[in-house]
Amino acid sequence: MVVEKIYGELCVTCNEQGYLTDLNQWTKEVGSEIAKEEGIDMTEKHWEVINYLQDQCRKEVPLSIRKIGKSGVVDIKEFYQLFPKGPLKISSRIAGIPKPVSCI
Amino acid sequence: MENTVESPITKKVDEKKPIKKMMLILSKATIDNVYACFILANGARMEGIESEIFFTFFGLEAITKKKLEKLHVATVGNPGMHIPTMLGGLPGMEAFATKMMKAEMEKLDIPPVGEFLEILSASGTKLWACKLAMDMFHLEKENLIDDLDGVLTVGDFYSRAEGDSTQLMFI
Repeated sequence: MVVEKIYGELCVTCNEQGYLTDLNQWTKEVGSEIAKEEGIDMTEKHWEVINYLQDQCRKEVPLSIRKIGKSGVVDIKEFYQLFPKGPLKISSRIAGIPKPVSCI
Repeated sequence: MENTVESPITKKVDEKKPIKKMMLILSKATIDNVYACFILANGARMEGIESEIFFTFFGLEAITKKKLEKLHVATVGNPGMHIPTMLGGLPGMEAFATKMMKAEMEKLDIPPVGEFLEILSASGTKLWACKLAMDMFHLEKENLIDDLDGVLTVGDFYSRAEGDSTQLMFI
């Protein structure tokens, strides 16, 4: 099921869990609005992680906490501090990429 | 007739109570049990759920520095392996099966035990050793991993399980 949502001035399509179905619709404004929904105050470091996730997604690399910890962008401890209520799933939602299927 | 008394239970509220904390007790050192435990603990943290592991009995091997990278899968008495018991007992069989399993896990991006423990610790999973089991196996704190959060008795561990929506699981 796909739903349309309005973030700021933009209308985007999301799946039922609130993940964007098309990364091309993503703008920083959309990301900020989703972050607000998740209760996250975005800092430069947050955006750095978001950019990295989008890069990986465009390269079609499956994401996992382990890989992100080794990326050099952020370590695992910091990743949890940035997105405490579920780092991978929340950051992916803000980044406008599909929800990762990894258990690690 | 309008004099019917409205039942006091008018609204049935279907309140969902999501899990807030997973308390896992690991008592075995076969690699399949250890990974099951780690993946459950890590999966909880990834969903924003607190998690703690209590290593007791043979489970202590998973946090014993000299042993944690040498854990094996059981090839005897493990029907899931589909190896006849007589063959499972042959020398080298366990090592071979373990090597195969580790190779498969690496393909799935599942880290080795030592690295997995580091990930768990960094993710905020609390790692506890059982005092009684340590005494029994003559283990000192120095024998265990540096990331250990402490040594607890069963009572200490239970007292940490207080609060709503905590689940305890024995592996």
